[in-house]
Order: sequence, then structure tokens, then C-alpha cells
Amino acid sequence: MSAATAMTTKKSAAVTTSPRGPRHSIMSRGAAMLIMGVFTLYFLTPIWWLLVSSSKTGGDITGTAPLWFTADSIPTFFANLGNLFTYNDGVFGRWLANSALYAGLGALLGTIIAAMCGYALAKYEFRGREAIFNVVLSGVLVPATALALPLFLIFSQVKLTNTLWAVFLPSLVSPFGVYLARIYAAASVPTELLEAARLDGSSEARTFFTVSTRLMAPALVTIFLFQFVAIWNNFFLPLIMLRDQALFPVTLGLYAWNSQISQIPELRVLVIVGALVSILPLIATFLGLQRFWSSGLGAGSVK
Amino acid sequence: MTRTSTAPPATAAGVPQTRKTRTSAAQRRAVLLFVAPFGILFLAFYAVPILFAVVQSLLTVERKGTFGPPQQVFGGLVQYQQVFQNSEFWESVGRVLLFGVVQVPIMLGLALVFALLLDSPLLKGKKFFRLAFFAPYAVPGVIAAIMWGFLYSPSLSPFDAITSQVNFLSADLVLWAVANIVTWVYVGYNMLIIYSSLLAIPTEIYEAARLDGASNLQIAWRIKIPLVVPAIILTGVFSIIGTLQLLAEPQTLRSFSSAISSTFTPNLAVYTTASVPNYSLAAAFSVVLALATFVLSFVFLKATQRKVSQ
Repeated sequence: MSAATAMTTKKSAAVTTSPRGPRHSIMSRGAAMLIMGVFTLYFLTPIWWLLVSSSKTGGDITGTAPLWFTADSIPTFFANLGNLFTYNDGVFGRWLANSALYAGLGALLGTIIAAMCGYALAKYEFRGREAIFNVVLSGVLVPATALALPLFLIFSQVKLTNTLWAVFLPSLVSPFGVYLARIYAAASVPTELLEAARLDGSSEARTFFTVSTRLMAPALVTIFLFQFVAIWNNFFLPLIMLRDQALFPVTLGLYAWNSQISQIPELRVLVIVGALVSILPLIATFLGLQRFWSSGLGAGSVK
Repeated sequence: MTRTSTAPPATAAGVPQTRKTRTSAAQRRAVLLFVAPFGILFLAFYAVPILFAVVQSLLTVERKGTFGPPQQVFGGLVQYQQVFQNSEFWESVGRVLLFGVVQVPIMLGLALVFALLLDSPLLKGKKFFRLAFFAPYAVPGVIAAIMWGFLYSPSLSPFDAITSQVNFLSADLVLWAVANIVTWVYVGYNMLIIYSSLLAIPTEIYEAARLDGASNLQIAWRIKIPLVVPAIILTGVFSIIGTLQLLAEPQTLRSFSSAISSTFTPNLAVYTTASVPNYSLAAAFSVVLALATFVLSFVFLKATQRKVSQ
């Protein structure tokens, strides 16, 4: 199923374009390019609008050409950026840092934890293995948002709502990560290699951290990315857990600002600039790790 | 594929009895070490909360006299009775089901078409299209809803030629305004899953088909699509789960549109009820929602599996 299988079964031959079969008519080429071109506009125009609007003053956002810059766009952009990071004692910077902590550290730890579990399920035989895997699989089907309220009830029992832990700890659990790790470990870590490592006297844990994780790297990057996005985008859990603005992740902070626009109109510009700034780390993460996850999805994993 | 190390054959037959037990003890410890962290977290933040929600949903608040202190007492299925009588909750369920029936096929259909085009020899600049279509996935639901909220609203939209004619934020259309946002964010993601599964098909198959005179369209329809059905099923399940969980986009759009009620989706109803605060009823909503999600995705999986294997 899914990306994981593709990662593992991909034949390198598929990368090279197949020798041209029949000649493709200009008509069908044109139609294909037209479809993709139109949808490129659909996907990129809102982001372009966000970029352009970030470089305008509040009045200019509606008063000027919506999809093009004004004469003093560049200074306005930096002025907006300055306002964004100084408004309300620089709470926006705080939100960004919180999101980076929740998503960055959360996804990193979560990936390691999921990888260890998936690896054990794939490479060891022990009692209850299938049972554990089935429980994990049903965990994939129980959506995180359905857990937000129960988690809130639990955390209020131990008086930990409105703390960093209330958002951080639940984010570490990724059943889908375990599922991916298991499939990938089963396919990419040869049992013979583990046996050889055992004969060399390497402990199981050492073998895992030094040898197996390298073989599983493309899957690990994929798990990390998707968990990073899931935590960064998570809305219900922080919404229900956090009251203190200083703990908000950036999405919740912008949501709070956005719902105050009718009382405080100058927030509109800050929401727009803040939205732009908040999606940049994700786009940067995806582009920066693209080599890894596209190799995870593509070639390089045939063993 | 998941054999553990058994003793090497023949040659070691005399020696290994003791060593074998020792390694397997080491392996048992390793398994424990590997599984425990996830196991503990899963118990604490998945299993226990679900149990807790079930317990909470069986409680009800009672007061001694009119002004006595409120007390939680066991109420049996009282909350579930309330859930079933709560028309707003069921309207919200109906709304997301309608949403799912329309939006999920459109989104997955588009994703499939894009994936097939990316995989066809017709297209130039594939890398660019792949990234451009995937980019919205990096936009959180809240941010996407804020952006589109501005684009929809008649007074702010850059497309006022359209938005002055059609009010996307009106009661009739706002559900489809949300559908558009969700589609915008997730098409590229689903496209990539299907595309990576297309890449896994060995090209020899197409070449054989081409020699037999099959056109691109026939190859797509008769070879590629049947082979990527498992990927489509996977994206389908995730889309169904996502649809039932809708919260961030409608909740954010509420500051642009008064047509979104506080019980617009099931999760919004949970949030609103929990803010009252009526935790027991909210917990019962959550339990029903989680069960419904589970059953629906399970049934979908089973139904499609049967169809595939036929």
C-alpha cells in the first residue's frame, strides 16, 4: 500500500523515460499542458496573493491591484514584518518558537519512537506481536482530533492543561509512523545483516542505531516530515488545551488574531504577514528535505 | 521475512544450545526496549483517553436540591440518549457526510488525473508541477482558511468581479467554500501518493501494451488505474477520516461568515459542548464520532478489498 510500498518496490528502470512509443499528437500534449497550467494558477494564486498582500499597508490591500506590488512594496513589507514581531511584546516570535518546539522536537522524538517499535515488529518474533500491530493499526483509524477532548479531560485530572506538556506529549504518538516503519524495515533491513552483526558481538540496540536506521533513512525522513506537518497543523488539541497566549503554536495564535480583526482592524495586516511567515518554515523543510523524501518515494531503495 | 536468528544449520548443531537461549534473551530485552517507549505513550495518550472518554460519557451531573453542589454520578446511557436526540449533532454529521460524498471523489479524481499526467510522456516540467501542486499541503488548515476567507469575502477579495456576484460565504455555499479549501490543500498530497505508486509499476508492462497497439488513454485506463487502486483506497480512507474530523477550516471561517454555526461539524459540536462546559455530553459525542469514523473507514476498506479481489 501507498508510498511505503512504492519506496521499496520501485524499479530504477522506471526513472528513465520509456522509449517513445507512438508519437503523441500536439493536441493531447497541449491539452495536458493546459490542464496542468490552469491548476498551477489555482494552487499558486492564493500563495502569491498572500505574498503580495504582505507588502501592502492595510488600506492598499483592498485599494490597489490585488495580485501585483505597489511602488513602495519593499519598505512596507519590512515595516509590516517589524510590526508583526513587535506587536504585543513580540508574542508572534514566541508562537513561532513554540511551534518549532512542538513540531520539531515532537516529530524528531516521535520518529525515533515509532521507528524502534516498527522495527521490532518487523524484525523480531515475539508473543503478542500481531496483537500489538493490530492495535497500532486501529490507532491509525482513530483520528487525533477524536482524542482531543478525552486528552483534555485526562490532563485536567492531573492539572496539566494549559502547559507545554499538554500539547507536546500527545504529539509524540504516531501509529501511522509505526506502520510505515514496520513495512519499510521488513523490506529494507536484511535479516542476514542482523545475524552478521550479532555474530560480531554488536548489541541489538547498537545494531539498530548504527546499521538499521541508516537502511531505513528514507522512511524515517518521510515519517518525520509527515509528523512534523501533522503537529505544526494541529489545531484542536492546542485550541482545547491552552489558555495562555504565551504557549500558543503559531496556527492558534493567528487564529486568535484573525477572530479579533473586527475589533482591532490593524490586526488584518499582521494576520496576512504572519500567515506568510508561518508557512515559510514548512515550505523550507519540504524543499530542504526534498532530496530525501523524493528518494524515499522514488529510486534508491531497491535492495 | 521476519525470521529471527535461528541457529545456523548443521555445522553448529552441537554447540549452540546455550548460545541460542542467550541470544534470544538478549533479543527479548531488545524487543522490550524498542516497543516500550511507543507502547507506554500509546497507552497513556491513545488507549487511556479513549477509556476515560467512555467512562466520562457514562456520568451525569446531579445536584442535591436546586442550589446544592454539582456532583458527577453514574448515569448509564443517559448521555447517549441525549446524543441521539440532539438534532444539531446529527445535522452536523449529515453535513460532513454530504461533504464527503461530493468532495472526496472530486479531490481523489483530480489527484488521479494529475498523477496520471505526471506519469505520462505528454508533460514537460514535471518537477515544477509536482512541487507547485504539493505546495498547498505545507499550508496549515487555519492559514489556508484565513487566506481563502479573504479571497472569498466580497469586501476584501481580489476577485471582486466574482465575489460581488456570488457570495461564497452565504449559508447555501459556505459548505462548498470549505470543500474548496480542503481540496486545495490536499489534492497535491494525494497526487503524490498515487504518483509514487504509479512509479512502482515496471515500464515493461506498458511497452508490451504499446506493442499490442494500446493508446496512452487505454494504458492509463486498463493498466495504470487498476494497479494503483490500493493507493487510491489508502487516500480514500484518510480522506474519509479527515472529513469526519473537519474543524480548523470551518472554525476559522466563522470570523468571515456568520453562516457557520457553532455546531457546523461534529468536532465543532464537541468543542462547543465542552466549552459550556458539559464534558459528559461532549465525551459521548467524541465516542460516537470516533466509533463512526472507525466503522466507516473499516467498512470502506473491507468493501473495496472485496471488490479488488474479485
